[in-house]
Amino acid sequence: MHMADALLSPAVGATFWTGTLGTIGYASKKLKAHLDDKKIPLMGVLGAFIFASQMINFTIPGTGSSGHLGGGMILAVMLGPHAAFIVMASVLTVQALFFADGGLLALGCNIWNLGFYPCFVAYPLIYKPLVGDGRSPQRILLASMASAVAGLQMGAFSVVLQTLLSGKTELPFGTFLLMMQPIHLAIGVVEGFVTAGVINYVRAARPEILDSSASAKPLAAGISLRNVLVGFVALAVVTGGALSWFASAHTDGLEWSIEKVAGKGELPEHKHGVAAAIKGLQERTAFLPDYGFKPAASEPKAKEEKPAWPNVDAGTSVSGLIGAVLVLAMAFGIGSAIRAFRGRNSS
Amino acid sequence: MTLEAAFYGIGRLDRLSYQDTAVHRLDPRAKVVATMLFVVAVVSFPRYEVLSLFPFFLFPVLMAAFGDIPAGFITKKVVAVSPFAVFVGMFNPLFDPGTVAIAPGVSVSAGWFSFASILVKFALTVSTALLLIATTSFPGICRGLRRLGVPALFVSQLLFLYRYLFVLMEEAMRVVRARDMRSFGKRGTGGRIFIRIVGTLFLRTVERAERIYGAMLARGFRGEVPSLRREALRPSDALFVLAAGSLFALCRLVPVPEALGRIARGLIA
Repeated sequence: MHMADALLSPAVGATFWTGTLGTIGYASKKLKAHLDDKKIPLMGVLGAFIFASQMINFTIPGTGSSGHLGGGMILAVMLGPHAAFIVMASVLTVQALFFADGGLLALGCNIWNLGFYPCFVAYPLIYKPLVGDGRSPQRILLASMASAVAGLQMGAFSVVLQTLLSGKTELPFGTFLLMMQPIHLAIGVVEGFVTAGVINYVRAARPEILDSSASAKPLAAGISLRNVLVGFVALAVVTGGALSWFASAHTDGLEWSIEKVAGKGELPEHKHGVAAAIKGLQERTAFLPDYGFKPAASEPKAKEEKPAWPNVDAGTSVSGLIGAVLVLAMAFGIGSAIRAFRGRNSS
Repeated sequence: MTLEAAFYGIGRLDRLSYQDTAVHRLDPRAKVVATMLFVVAVVSFPRYEVLSLFPFFLFPVLMAAFGDIPAGFITKKVVAVSPFAVFVGMFNPLFDPGTVAIAPGVSVSAGWFSFASILVKFALTVSTALLLIATTSFPGICRGLRRLGVPALFVSQLLFLYRYLFVLMEEAMRVVRARDMRSFGKRGTGGRIFIRIVGTLFLRTVERAERIYGAMLARGFRGEVPSLRREALRPSDALFVLAAGSLFALCRLVPVPEALGRIARGLIA
């Protein structure tokens, strides 16, 4: 379902229009550099094709209801993300004008919800890695399903966010979410099936169409791996460093349950045996016990006070940072180990 | 909406856009700008405001009247697309804790007011958007968008889409009619057939695009769709935008219905 103007506020509408126009400009620029003129009529006619296909109904077995195609993923696979975004934007514009399907202010939101997430998020991050070389029908089905579901979930969540940020409705966040997400999950599954079916059909009839789009410049050509890694490290630093202050200072779910059941926050410790020995070892080697710095033995016990929030604490931040670095190091370590292992095996 | 209904609906709207009236002769840019100002003004009203929105009906009514657009046609289309807004808005009376007294001793949930506000805003914005396309031909809108700075690639895309929309809808209608004649009840209308229909349409589309490209090359196509119409902004266009903008600003900032009501009571009493 498309957003309506009446549910939007000018601020939210303008924000998403800015995002959409910026993306249209970016995609146009990127296409103009690599595009050969042959693609222009192809994009146009494919837009008309998607428009017409969206109106063909089919019955879904078992439910008796009818479904129809969205088309974002098929376009992304056949044309590449930039061209697919342009085509989806044009289809939605014509729908907004001729059918009043989604208002003119909401058009920015709709193009974002139905175009940005499938083309620039689901396709490069989910479809392409999963589909591999695109020759196995099972992988195509898996990739289509995953990317269609993900794209639609993101789009539906976006609608909920936009509606709530506009403040025109009383619908509580949870209720709205509960209405939107499950329906779009089902729609995504169906869309994934149909997308995979069409891709396989085209591959059987004219495989060169898919091959030419697969060998086209990959989306990541302009994005170097180094930049992606730097981005992730920065994100980890921010999350571990600053966001850890906002971690709740109250007991977590497990401790709370244990408290209710056993009367104490933690289970009684073992005094003897293997468990005690291991616990002693853990206590000696842990250099950040309970996520904070070890209190010096001479410091008097701090007064029991109500946990403050945000829990600004140098110890927590350092712990967060160190934890993040350790996790990254472990991830890289595992990755390199796998790479080395497979390299040894295949050579 | 069935394929046929959509086809004839778009056809009628398209034909209306090629009429020749004073509104149709206005520059597309002026109409697009005025419509966007209208939508922003309407949508900027606070959530419980209902009565102050009514003066805004003047704009679509005047556009329809001067543009020879049948009112029933527009109203039917507005009603046809209302389900989503109604569905989201109808929870307002249920969830809003505040109450408003509308008569001595009678009070209703404030949610009814916000629901009514949503409905009125919906009617206003949708009818105005439809009137934009009904009084401005689609190629005209595309030319206007190009002059307003939208990238040429996107405008070409819109023009091509429009050009081949009817062709492809006819082709889809033929295929769907063939399917309907060969199916019985629910049999034959499932996903498997649908995938084959869509796949066939896709391949036909790609082949058609290749033929189109060859034909355009033979006629000197070099990447952009040129337009011969030299449209310059005329004083009437600027006047239109100015008048519309002032009207919207006035109705937004001054509670017109209240003022008129007071004057009327002063005259009667």
